[in-house]
Amino acid sequence: MIVAEKLSKYFGSKKVIQDVSIEVKRGAITSFIGPNGAGKSTLLSMVSRLLKQDDGIVYLDGKDVHKQKSKDLAKTIAILRQSNVVQMRLTVRELVSFGRFPYSNGRLTAEDEQKVSEAISYVNLVEMEDKYLNELSGGQKQRAFIAMVLAQDTDYILLDEPLNNLDMKHAVQMMKLLRKLVEDFGKTILLVIHDINFASVYSDRIVAMKDGKIVAEGPTEDIIQSDVLKSIYDLDIDVHNISCNRICVYF
Amino acid sequence: MLKRKIILLLVVALSLASLYLFIHMNFQAMEYLLRTRLEKILAMILCAVSIGVSTVVFQTITHNRILTPSIMGLDSVYMFIQTIVVFLFGSGTFVIMQSDAYFFLTILLMVGFAFGLYQLLFRRGQSNLFLLLLVGLVLGTFFSSLSSFMQMIIDPNEFLLIQDSMFASFTDVNTDLLLISAVIIIVLCIYIFRYRHYFDVMSIGRDHAVNLGVPYEKIVKRMFLVIAVLVAVSTALVGPITFLGLLTANLAREFLQTFRHTYLLIAASLLSVIALLGGQLVVERIFSFSTPISVIINFVGGVYFIYLLVRESKKI
Repeated sequence: MIVAEKLSKYFGSKKVIQDVSIEVKRGAITSFIGPNGAGKSTLLSMVSRLLKQDDGIVYLDGKDVHKQKSKDLAKTIAILRQSNVVQMRLTVRELVSFGRFPYSNGRLTAEDEQKVSEAISYVNLVEMEDKYLNELSGGQKQRAFIAMVLAQDTDYILLDEPLNNLDMKHAVQMMKLLRKLVEDFGKTILLVIHDINFASVYSDRIVAMKDGKIVAEGPTEDIIQSDVLKSIYDLDIDVHNISCNRICVYF
Repeated sequence: MLKRKIILLLVVALSLASLYLFIHMNFQAMEYLLRTRLEKILAMILCAVSIGVSTVVFQTITHNRILTPSIMGLDSVYMFIQTIVVFLFGSGTFVIMQSDAYFFLTILLMVGFAFGLYQLLFRRGQSNLFLLLLVGLVLGTFFSSLSSFMQMIIDPNEFLLIQDSMFASFTDVNTDLLLISAVIIIVLCIYIFRYRHYFDVMSIGRDHAVNLGVPYEKIVKRMFLVIAVLVAVSTALVGPITFLGLLTANLAREFLQTFRHTYLLIAASLLSVIALLGGQLVVERIFSFSTPISVIINFVGGVYFIYLLVRESKKI
């Protein structure tokens, strides 16, 4: 379980996260939604130790994240941020192999190779695995990075806008894959996501943020409500039930 | 494939070394010639390895392929030390400059300078490598201006002494120092080499590296200090060669087309050996010692640097 207590973060004098406390349940998809600049990415970065908070503590399975060995954490929690630029000349397989670094320290065993191949096939890049990253399209590149995180084989997976650059088909495949990881392997997944319909259909819980604070939190059906969404986005959003899914119409 | 390229470099380096060792051999003075030439080759290898290795690592931790450790300002500190010693002690300095104590003092001062920078900027919570490099650059300019000022007002004969140390040279390397430097450089290079897999991960970016469990900040700080010592030792031994590292680190990356530092570190070292041996052969056999080797290296390196700048700006 991830527990954050009174997290705060300043960039200069600007408070981007203010006293945020939250509990994230295991074995579920929790989506973080909210307008730009709400602090969603910053929160995920702090939870995954990429960024040090100015105040508060993050507990991962009861232990302070910043007091654990980075190497051990890398086997428990993985994060993928939204902009991923690699200047190096790398093939897809080489990139995904980096995901095994916490286990292999650079010397891949047969088991590592196996996990790398699995991760690549999860994201449908098998025939692309020897291509260089700069030869790929935006969506293929995004999937390669996600494969790297999957190869890391952690209980907790944090993805910051994983659907970036993906077309509809691959976006749906990605969300189905994440669902499968939760159901079959008991993974805990945290997402920052902008498309509230994807959030609505695929997540178990939703956390809504605005101006560095959590404004709403709960099971998906409690958050995907016209009045709640109105308070988050300042936008009139109709919610319809379409084949058992709550779909938002806001165009 | 990568291994074959490394072997190719090794073969070229070895043949250059034997060419250098045996060219124009005078068999009556063979023993003497062999000894002095071997010493020079050893000095070149030490300098080459420390510059090659430190530049590759420096470029990896700064994520910048057109930087070299000289941006820390160590060269300027070295020149400043040379100048101030000549300035204070006049023509008697030549004796001082040859002594072992002076060698260690220059190393100590250069490392002290780097350590001071480090303390100033890393210890205060936020670790910003680029701020540190910027301060190093500014202080380096400050020191070279001070040096130029003192060089203006000293005796022209004494200035010749300084001019000598402005350019790296392998012609008068002190044998005792060679062994001590060899030990320091080998130990540090082994230490760096143990981190080679971490460098691979670090080269895909800080966030990915931290995510994969690399103690990123800790390694950057350590490498900063180790690089400073490496550069200080090689500079104190032969003098400053600014562009050698830039040239060979980039050539290694171009030639191997890989991110694996196991190969990059070795290739950059071998290419540096080749550049120095080749350069020294040209200096001795074509220019008959009229040009210091660093002039040639800096000329070739400078041209390559401009090429890199033009090419990189085209990419954007």
